[in-house]
Amino acid sequence: MPTIVVLVKQVPDTNAKIMVQGDRVDLSSVKMVMSPYDEFAIETAIRHKEATDGTVTALTIGGPGSEKILKDAKAIGVDNIVRVWDDSWSDLDSNALQSILSETIQGLGATVVYCGKSAADTGAGSTGPGLAERLGWGNASNVIGAEFTDSVTVSMPVESGVAKINVALPAVISCDKGDFKVRKPNVKGIMMAKKAKVELMSATAPSSSINISSHSMPPAKPAGKTFEGGASASQVAQLLRDEANVL
Amino acid sequence: MTNMIVIAELSKGSIHASTAELVTAAHAFGGEPTLVVPCTDASIADSVKSLSGISKIIAVKSDVFDGNDSSGWASALDSALPSGTILCLATTRSKDVAARLAARRNISVVQDVIRIDGTNLTSPIYSGKANQTVSVSGEAVVTVRANVFDSAGNGGNCDVSVVDASGDVKTAVQEIMQRASTRLDVSEANIVISGGRGMGSPANFVHLEAVADTIGAAVGASRAAVDTWAEIPHSMQVGQTGKTVNPNLYIAVGISGAIQHLAGMRSSKYIVAINKDADAAIFQHADYGIVATWEEALPVFQEALSAMLG
Repeated sequence: MPTIVVLVKQVPDTNAKIMVQGDRVDLSSVKMVMSPYDEFAIETAIRHKEATDGTVTALTIGGPGSEKILKDAKAIGVDNIVRVWDDSWSDLDSNALQSILSETIQGLGATVVYCGKSAADTGAGSTGPGLAERLGWGNASNVIGAEFTDSVTVSMPVESGVAKINVALPAVISCDKGDFKVRKPNVKGIMMAKKAKVELMSATAPSSSINISSHSMPPAKPAGKTFEGGASASQVAQLLRDEANVL
Repeated sequence: MTNMIVIAELSKGSIHASTAELVTAAHAFGGEPTLVVPCTDASIADSVKSLSGISKIIAVKSDVFDGNDSSGWASALDSALPSGTILCLATTRSKDVAARLAARRNISVVQDVIRIDGTNLTSPIYSGKANQTVSVSGEAVVTVRANVFDSAGNGGNCDVSVVDASGDVKTAVQEIMQRASTRLDVSEANIVISGGRGMGSPANFVHLEAVADTIGAAVGASRAAVDTWAEIPHSMQVGQTGKTVNPNLYIAVGISGAIQHLAGMRSSKYIVAINKDADAAIFQHADYGIVATWEEALPVFQEALSAMLG
């Protein structure tokens, strides 16, 4: 029976407007949610459990505020929820984050780890493959479908189409938006999640060699030219060739 | 300053032109790079021998580079690469390989870099709603977005040394279902034309395809279009929960410009918007805005483009 772990991360709502105050992003009035691709990772993890038995543990690295997304995961149907944190941590770089995850996941005895293909804050997508490398495991990224036996057969886009790839376990599988619906929490799930206990763990983190020096807004574009009426489209076509030089 | 290493980007078995941009990026970081060419046939490295500003070329030959297994790629490259700061292109495969290479060496990875100022690297965060600048101490693995840096010139003459390598492949391809359409993917096209819910129905996307065929563009869609119509697959979605694109030209048709969509395309070099609502947010980001229905504007646009390029 596999021990299934799903990684979740709290990020600003993707519909939120992001503002920079001074030289840091100001998230004080932004609604925080579970990163959208994590919902597909949770769905895939629960399907894996349903196909093979086993347990699903949702795991996040974060302060007390990030327990909300763990409760959300519990309401959807994971069995256990774990938060990993140490008050001395801030601005963890990929080496530090993956070290923490690797230590924690080994401690949990996981056979398979699911995560979103990237988190909606950095969009980096480093965690899945980087974690797999540290654990000496295989990985697959941008997965849009999965079938479960004693291994996992994933569907993912490659250069020439969509490939079915057999991934032997243990492995880390990063999920894109799949061709399936994700289940939403029901009332019973939400009630259970309220009472659920978050298990708190810690780990050792190497010091970061990548440090955030500033955040900034992207430079505003100069105002463009606006034309009225469909007939102006021929003029725009000319400008694209002669002024913008892109045709 | 650490050694600089550039890993050439492969596309369909040959070296992608953006590799020359990585050489420029390496110089911005701090030095003349060694160019590493992953290959199954070392002769492909001949195409980059004349690049300016590289100190040497190492062709790393291995069967693993014929496949997509990132463990295989990273282990084969790691065995042949000197220590140093590694640059590669921020494509789906190379970002995975970059993350693995960094983890293998216990160093960090910085993805999707769009500006380099010495060891200060800037990447978009929140899909481009803001930028983040980090400072790097010591070695790192860095992926750089295409279309951001100028290409290094030609005029060099570098020898190629060939190294055989083997990799630790952990996954097995069972079958590949060929892409039904031969259309370009939005993430790899120089021109993208996208439709939103303003297109009225998914059948009307044929009008976008007609323009796309004339100018060699990929066809994309807004999240609203993908969510509303089952016929429009998520693989076409441009935006924060779809694909991030930065083509030379982005044409938004019947797209209002939700913050979610802007996040995925705002870094395009030129933006054209066609929308019947003069107050649509997309016009604030467009270089050229056309206030008209797509039914009025697209046939005229199509005819003008055909006449110009035909």
